[in-house]
Amino acid sequence: MSEKVLMKGNEAFGEAAILSGCNFYFGYPITPQSEIPEYLSRELPKRGGCFIQAESELAAINMAYGAAAAGGNAFISSSAPGIALMQEGLSFMCCAEVPVVVLNVSRCGPGIGGIQPGQADYIQATRGGGNGDYKIPVFAPSTIQEAIDMIYEATYLANKWRNPMMLLTDGMMGQMMEPVVLPEPRKLLTSEEIPQAKPWALSGFDHKNGQRSLIRALHMQPTDLEIQVEKIFTKYDAMEKELPAYAAEGLEGAEIVFVAFGLMSRLVREAIEMLAEEGIKAGLIRPKTLWPYPYAAFDELDFNSTKVVISTELSKGQMIEDVRLGVEGRLPVELIYRTGGVVPTTPEVVERAKKILEGLK
Amino acid sequence: MKPVFTYSEGMERVETSYCPGCTHGIAHRLIVETLIENGELGNAIGVCPIGCSVQAHKFMHVDMCEAAHGRAPAVASGIRRVHPDKPVFTYQGDGDLASIGMGEIIHAASRGERFTTFFINNGIYGMTGGQMAPTTLIGQRSTTSQDGRTVEANGMPIRVAELIAAVDGAAYVERVALDSPAHIRQAKRAVQKAFAVQKMGVGFTMIEFISSCPTNWGLSPVEALGWIKEKMIPYYPLGVKKDITAQNVQEEEA
Amino acid sequence: MATHKLFAAGYGGQGVLMIGQIITYAAMKEDKEVTFLPSYGPEMRGGTANCTVIVSDKQVACPMIYEADILTVMNPPSLTKYESMLKPGGVLFVNASLIDLKPTRSDIQVVNVAANDIAAELGNARSANIVMLGAINRTLHLVEEESIKYVLQNKVFTGRKADLFDINWKAYHAY
Repeated sequence: MSEKVLMKGNEAFGEAAILSGCNFYFGYPITPQSEIPEYLSRELPKRGGCFIQAESELAAINMAYGAAAAGGNAFISSSAPGIALMQEGLSFMCCAEVPVVVLNVSRCGPGIGGIQPGQADYIQATRGGGNGDYKIPVFAPSTIQEAIDMIYEATYLANKWRNPMMLLTDGMMGQMMEPVVLPEPRKLLTSEEIPQAKPWALSGFDHKNGQRSLIRALHMQPTDLEIQVEKIFTKYDAMEKELPAYAAEGLEGAEIVFVAFGLMSRLVREAIEMLAEEGIKAGLIRPKTLWPYPYAAFDELDFNSTKVVISTELSKGQMIEDVRLGVEGRLPVELIYRTGGVVPTTPEVVERAKKILEGLK
Repeated sequence: MKPVFTYSEGMERVETSYCPGCTHGIAHRLIVETLIENGELGNAIGVCPIGCSVQAHKFMHVDMCEAAHGRAPAVASGIRRVHPDKPVFTYQGDGDLASIGMGEIIHAASRGERFTTFFINNGIYGMTGGQMAPTTLIGQRSTTSQDGRTVEANGMPIRVAELIAAVDGAAYVERVALDSPAHIRQAKRAVQKAFAVQKMGVGFTMIEFISSCPTNWGLSPVEALGWIKEKMIPYYPLGVKKDITAQNVQEEEA
Repeated sequence: MATHKLFAAGYGGQGVLMIGQIITYAAMKEDKEVTFLPSYGPEMRGGTANCTVIVSDKQVACPMIYEADILTVMNPPSLTKYESMLKPGGVLFVNASLIDLKPTRSDIQVVNVAANDIAAELGNARSANIVMLGAINRTLHLVEEESIKYVLQNKVFTGRKADLFDINWKAYHAY
């Protein structure tokens, strides 16, 4: 294992992308993720990769589509409104079965959105922000180390499933520094190795025994498009079995169970400690994947002790829909949130949780 | 008996889905013939964005990628980074390139991207049913300019070849027409030159083809070719708009 | 040790973030759990800078704080703005060279450090932040002095800046 290094979130995300084998990055400046294009513009050319500063997020995602369709491993990042602009490309890539790893260092919103932390892209991320029938797995890291590990895994999964993979994080995660251990670098594919490694990719049919590659996002016959949608959904069905991940803490005997992801889960953990000091036992379900959502986590609830499940969000009740689907009416589901980039203080979460608990009695 | 005209090996043996009299097929053929002559058909990668052009991969026998409306130059830029030594081209219509994709084409040219854009200018949106394009002529009727395009409402048509030629990263830009055998022979030379300049790695290359769309123009195929000659070429003058390789030669001679 | 939550604020250019980063690196070297969170956003452009450092022997739950155990203010506006953030019984380090204002609270411990004056006397005005760092760590022992020395030598004063180590190591001990 390599030694610990101290890294800023955004730089760690960029480094993780390189180590995971992504050697193509196309970026457009937007706070609070601009350190990613800055870092990769400096590092990629030195390490056998390539960086283009695109003219827009639309161009950036389509450059990634081209690079990935040609067999490269592409990584792309932006922040909320930039990710909104990329939805066209993501829908295309899902239909055309082209892998990419996308990182949303999210703002709050709507509109331009403040650059303070927000989780209001939850529905955009988990319900398919673009047009049509498709899904994109979404990973929600709560530490910089976890983000590194998830980017590393997402690069593998994107290629395995030939589908985009997304990480949803926020500006505070992008800006903060934590000690991390970096993974071993994966070998980067060369242009010559692509026809062998990815025979479906564009590389000229002479390199594939005359077999022509077509990357298609258009199926004009309804029956053809239906076949393609069914085909990608067999992958999504398998992902729903394989990918859901969560961490559950202190569910046994808990009166309150918080559900929170990313940054918010860390704040909730502190709230749980404060509640314990007051003699109130609370637990945490922390989804690590937001699609597929780890609904099975809610079967672990202690139905003898738990009185309420609280979706705790930096958005105005977006994840709560999934929490309700997981709870299946077995317990009351409530919401604690701040939005607009406001992060609640830990005592604020504690007070609200206590009020909710009292209201139930 | 000696055949005078045969299928090109570079074309798929399928029935075309383009309308009668459409010149897409000619442009396709010029591209694949050139790639065959260069021994690069099986090495080439094309990008075809939405518009009638999206069907190009059904006919051109090369590795191809469909792209969103206007985004082909961005997609080709990504492909080029992965395969630095293969012929890469985009095949784009005028609604695609000159309207929604103007940002992508200008910036690809500005970066001096080493791919070739084949730009089909028929002055109209074909696939969506004859709406006004940025290249529709003043007075020309379309389904969104039913009394004819006016300057007051819509501004002037955009001369793309001249525009791209003005961008520093562009190395070779030529406008050709597909209305006559002589013009088609010149178009072939332009395609050959564009691929040659692409291979030299000195910058962006684009060929604008003045093409016909009899269906949406409401003309017969023959009348449509006449319209190219009488209406389009006067506004869109043919010729080489930029050739930095010629400039280099001149400088060397001087 | 328990958990220490340090908040440091000042003008941009005063090296406030460096105070936080040096402690963070030193804590990491000691295998402690640590997070460093700089201010970012519009504030960054307003000429003020602040950072939060949490050092703990267990995993840091939340990198943001609503109250600090240790507050360091390098300029007057930071004292006014952040004094209320300090928890009762907490320690306030005031850069007395630039701050004439007196803290309004009586439930905290105040340490006045004339950081700029001390640094100027040493002959390197830019070391004011290292004077303050020394004052904080030598008062509260967040991390080992050896770890600070290691970080200064290996992370901060390296390459062309290597010859600045000696004067800054003096600055560290000057308060």
